[in-house]
Amino acid sequence: MSILVNRRTRLVVQGITGGEGTFHTKQMLEYGTNVVAGVTPGKGGTSYQGNEKDQFPRSVPVFNTVAEAVEETGADTSVIFVPAGFAADAILEAADAGIKVIVTITEGIPAADMTKVYDYLKKRNVVMIGPNCPGIITPGECKIGIMPGFIHKPGKVGLISRSGTLTYEAVWQLTKRGIGQSTCIGIGGDPVIGTRFVDAIRLFNEDKKTEAIMMIGEIGGTAEEEAAEFVKKHVRKPVVGFIAGQTAPPGRRMGHAGAIISGGKGTAAEKIAAMKTVGIHVAESPALLGEVMERVLGKKSSRGKKKTAKSKAKSKIKKKK
Amino acid sequence: MKIHEYQGKEILKKFNVAVPKGKVAFSVDEAVEAAGEIGGSVWVVKAQIHAGGRGKGGGVKLARSLDEVRQHAAQILGMNLVTHQTGPEGRIVKRLLIEEGMNIAKEMYAGITLDRARSQNAVMVSTEGGVEIEKVAAETPEKILKEYVDPGVGLQQYQARKLCFGLGLTAEAFKNAVKFLSALYRAYEATDASLAEINPLVITQEGSVLALDAKMNFDDNALPRHPDIAQMRDLDEEDPLEVEASKSNLNYIKLDGNVGCMVNGAGLAMATMDIIKLAGGMPANFLDVGGGASAETVEAGFRIILKDPHVKAVLINIFGGIVRCDRVATGVVQAAKNVDVHIPIVVRLAGTNADLAADILKNSGLSFLVAEDLKDAAEKVTQAIAA
Repeated sequence: MSILVNRRTRLVVQGITGGEGTFHTKQMLEYGTNVVAGVTPGKGGTSYQGNEKDQFPRSVPVFNTVAEAVEETGADTSVIFVPAGFAADAILEAADAGIKVIVTITEGIPAADMTKVYDYLKKRNVVMIGPNCPGIITPGECKIGIMPGFIHKPGKVGLISRSGTLTYEAVWQLTKRGIGQSTCIGIGGDPVIGTRFVDAIRLFNEDKKTEAIMMIGEIGGTAEEEAAEFVKKHVRKPVVGFIAGQTAPPGRRMGHAGAIISGGKGTAAEKIAAMKTVGIHVAESPALLGEVMERVLGKKSSRGKKKTAKSKAKSKIKKKK
Repeated sequence: MKIHEYQGKEILKKFNVAVPKGKVAFSVDEAVEAAGEIGGSVWVVKAQIHAGGRGKGGGVKLARSLDEVRQHAAQILGMNLVTHQTGPEGRIVKRLLIEEGMNIAKEMYAGITLDRARSQNAVMVSTEGGVEIEKVAAETPEKILKEYVDPGVGLQQYQARKLCFGLGLTAEAFKNAVKFLSALYRAYEATDASLAEINPLVITQEGSVLALDAKMNFDDNALPRHPDIAQMRDLDEEDPLEVEASKSNLNYIKLDGNVGCMVNGAGLAMATMDIIKLAGGMPANFLDVGGGASAETVEAGFRIILKDPHVKAVLINIFGGIVRCDRVATGVVQAAKNVDVHIPIVVRLAGTNADLAADILKNSGLSFLVAEDLKDAAEKVTQAIAA
């Protein structure tokens, strides 16, 4: 199992004929993602196989609207590569067409646009990942976004992070130690995002295949504190954490629009303290992410084995029925 | 993006938010002239810098005659104003705001900003004006009243009334305050502001409600649709190295440490700064060269990092995902040759073609310290600064 996306996911790429859209659609197709459609207003009815630089392994039908793409191809998930000024519109179009999971890669969407989008999606129970994020991947099954596929390995750790390359770093440290991942989500570095730590942790907690969770936060906001509160109340799986920006000065925006300590709030120290209080294993250094997870998984192996035996028995009973 | 108080008030005025009569002045003569035009018998001479606490630092003075306006303007213009927000190095005052004096009855607070936990804008008021709102929030949070704005419908009148009743206002002052808050929200929303803070918000003895101070910040992502606001940017208020970096599309923030760093991605860049500290150094900067990390951006990054005389070593940390490490390595070698670097450079490249990249660095004829992973990079940084 995994969360949100898997080999049955039917993906539509919004902005498929643009430079970014083309490049990453090629990468996603090569990874094995089930890309069923593309949308570029005005280019509907054509079939797209990439440009001179990036040739797709197969062609993808292009539609004028997401609604048409859904009707014709049964697309259920969308990824957005359209420029910031048009991204909010693209997200709303996808939601209106009945898409249930929207992955927004686009960086630089105004916060005012996102508060409206967030409200709209929440009222319709649509899951959005991002914006300003690397995307989501269920290793070996489905890659939606811009992350390098080869660093991942199928397995049992669910990973959530506000960053892009720092997520890759964490994944790489896990993979090099032979620790695979169930699903990895980059939730994005903006102040207003769709899926937050709490939402992803809830899903990982319910996912049978996920045995441990890694959350990588950074300065700014209170999402990590909220996640810690949730872990305390609901999560029995081990959680490993890290907060980037322990040396970041207050009042400065550290690259991500959301990474800012304002009014003395959102410091790494506060977040680390909140996480430690609820028993999250916090890595002191980003160099130790893999090591800490390895240690935590090693400790719980006896408990873990018992659980697996039980769940195997359960699934046998189900099969007999 | 931040702007000056006088610019914030110009914007607010356009949205019918009441502000005192005032004029910006760039010289002492202009200050006196402005006071004459404003009229009356009491003026306030206010230093314009992008930092709070100006009054305590001696940057805000009351004048009871045009002569006093001249004296204060001469004293404040060009002074190095130190406040708790400028840091000990202070800021040179280059602009003044001359304003009419007010018959202040009460000082209150009004502010609008995005509440990230709810993904909604929050309108806040408090009877505790003129003091730092963070302090009020920490010590007496019950004195801050809040209304959250539904993004679909905007701030409603009943919400503004609720807040103003909460402030204990009555009669003329109540009516004016409701109008004030509604107008302030319109200004905040229409300009894509990320903060509109009026502290103090004053109630005069006549029952008028005005913004005595105005702090407005704007969402950088929305600036492309507000060219009029974008051009209010004052480069004098920014670090010259940061301004130069932004011209090369680099995201650079100068810090006080001794180890420069160059990283692709903001999260990894922050994590790299943390590694430097754990290694016993202090980061000299934050620098995100973006996903691509081409030879040009790496070279521009080197030039900017090395302009800081405190830098004793540089750590380059690139995670090559889509971008190949061998290409990044070629860029690093080329840039290091062009810039002529004389301090130790620790390079850690991970991801696609990392092995090829290590060979390129080792065979370059330059003395890079090539690190295997983050842990190794931290140790090599420690060695480099100890040497």
